[in-house]
Amino acid sequence: MCGIAGLFLKNRSLEPELGALTAAMLTVLTDRGPDSAGFAIYGSGAPGEIKLTLRAPVYFDFEAMAAGLNLSVTRRDDHAVLAVPAAREAHVRSFLAANHPEVAIVSSGARMELFKGVGLPSDVSNRFGLSGMSGSHAIGHTRMATESAVTTQGAHPFSTGPDQCLVHNGSLSNHNDIRRRLIREHMSFETQNDTEVAAGYLSWKLRSGAKLDEALTSALDTLDGFYTFVVGTETGFGVLRDPVACKPAVMAETDDYVAFGSEYRALVDLPGISKAHLFEPEPAKVYFWERPTREGPTREGAA
Amino acid sequence: MSLAAAPKIAETDPAIFDLASAELRDLNAMLQALPPDTNETAWSILNPRGAHAVAVGITAPVAITVEGHAGYYCAGMNDGASITINGNAGTGVAENMMSGTVHVRGDASQSAGATAHGGLLIIDGNASARCGISMKGVDIVVKGSVGHMSAFMAQSGNLVILGDAGEALGDSLYEAKLFVRGSVASLGADCEEKPMTAQDKSDLTELLRRAGATADVNSFKRYGSARTLYHFHVDNAGAY
Repeated sequence: MCGIAGLFLKNRSLEPELGALTAAMLTVLTDRGPDSAGFAIYGSGAPGEIKLTLRAPVYFDFEAMAAGLNLSVTRRDDHAVLAVPAAREAHVRSFLAANHPEVAIVSSGARMELFKGVGLPSDVSNRFGLSGMSGSHAIGHTRMATESAVTTQGAHPFSTGPDQCLVHNGSLSNHNDIRRRLIREHMSFETQNDTEVAAGYLSWKLRSGAKLDEALTSALDTLDGFYTFVVGTETGFGVLRDPVACKPAVMAETDDYVAFGSEYRALVDLPGISKAHLFEPEPAKVYFWERPTREGPTREGAA
Repeated sequence: MSLAAAPKIAETDPAIFDLASAELRDLNAMLQALPPDTNETAWSILNPRGAHAVAVGITAPVAITVEGHAGYYCAGMNDGASITINGNAGTGVAENMMSGTVHVRGDASQSAGATAHGGLLIIDGNASARCGISMKGVDIVVKGSVGHMSAFMAQSGNLVILGDAGEALGDSLYEAKLFVRGSVASLGADCEEKPMTAQDKSDLTELLRRAGATADVNSFKRYGSARTLYHFHVDNAGAY
């Protein structure tokens, strides 16, 4: 099982509604994944600044920690987003590692924030205030665990690179082998989870200079198992299903957005859905949509 | 006398069941309890909103219209009803149908007509992977194309595809007959092209007529089982 919801907006006037639309989609997918949930959302960013999404025990005083670093922080339940001048990122990371081992860095990026936790999808969305968030695209997941424990660390999305995230429905059979090979390439992993390996693989390809669609195409040759992936980058949104296509996927496209749902039920309340182009992404075919810059045209295609 | 002006007979007005305000379980329980001689022969189901298992297990010869997109297993186990989906159908539409007709006006997802024993499944759009998997006597007419592994282990019945077929059509096929008008990406193990006999053309003509499809039977190719996988053969041992 597991459920995936993704929404990539083409029409910027919908951006204030992104969080509410995504939260509603995740709630519908509760019966595909009731044990944990999470989402990555691409909101506004400031030039020269990166956002670190942090997670810590609920008693942790994020505000005091940020004040000590003379940085601003936005707390959301047991997560917090720390705005850091890019030049200070390495310093902040080493400060946290040395002084606050209870703080985990969940994600980093110019625009992406990432929140996840154990519990029903609607509870997780409410804890983090997803409905009030805005942005250009968001990817969410509802989990029914198979490959590793029901923990916050095992919830999706996974992020192993800046502004990069991945959610997964399925199970990989060669993740231990790929993890060992990626560790030799200096990638690091936090869990024994198969999805983190897929995220790490794509991040490694992107770090090596591949574009999103190229990274996804090479994943077809490298990753073995069942998967429907939805991935996000700062400007893009991609979908890939394995060649056997056991795991479900429905997409809807209008002039205003591209939406992904594990089932059509998740898409049913999106604006203008009755006139959307509805289709199932084909097996072993890479789909991506990309906005090269804030002002540029939408690039889309299938590789 | 003008028939068009005649007042509607109450029996022919469909009974409306709105899933926006009533429970799916109540709908199915009511439809499943209809006696064979029911006077409530026409039903309209509103707002399916992708719900699973809409109109399943019906044994009365009634006409049901689902007004919108359905989720998984719509019209599953149908035994005698005529069910029309005015939209797309999710995984396993008409799975294990015994008799009757299921008509999808849009596209169908995976495993359409899986294991179905009888009746007619008509899909106006495309069907995705595994259409007619393990079919056991149903007739399926797809006016668009089908995805990979369609008619996998299909045992009997007919699968008619007016468009194209994906990879591995008819893999491990038994005695179902496959008719394809467009291209076939590849044939599965033990599936081969067969000569189109006069009987085949006659059967195909009748299937197209029942499905309301217009196509020249001479433009189809027929595929069937080469029957080399029916029994263990020692020369195949290396393949296991």
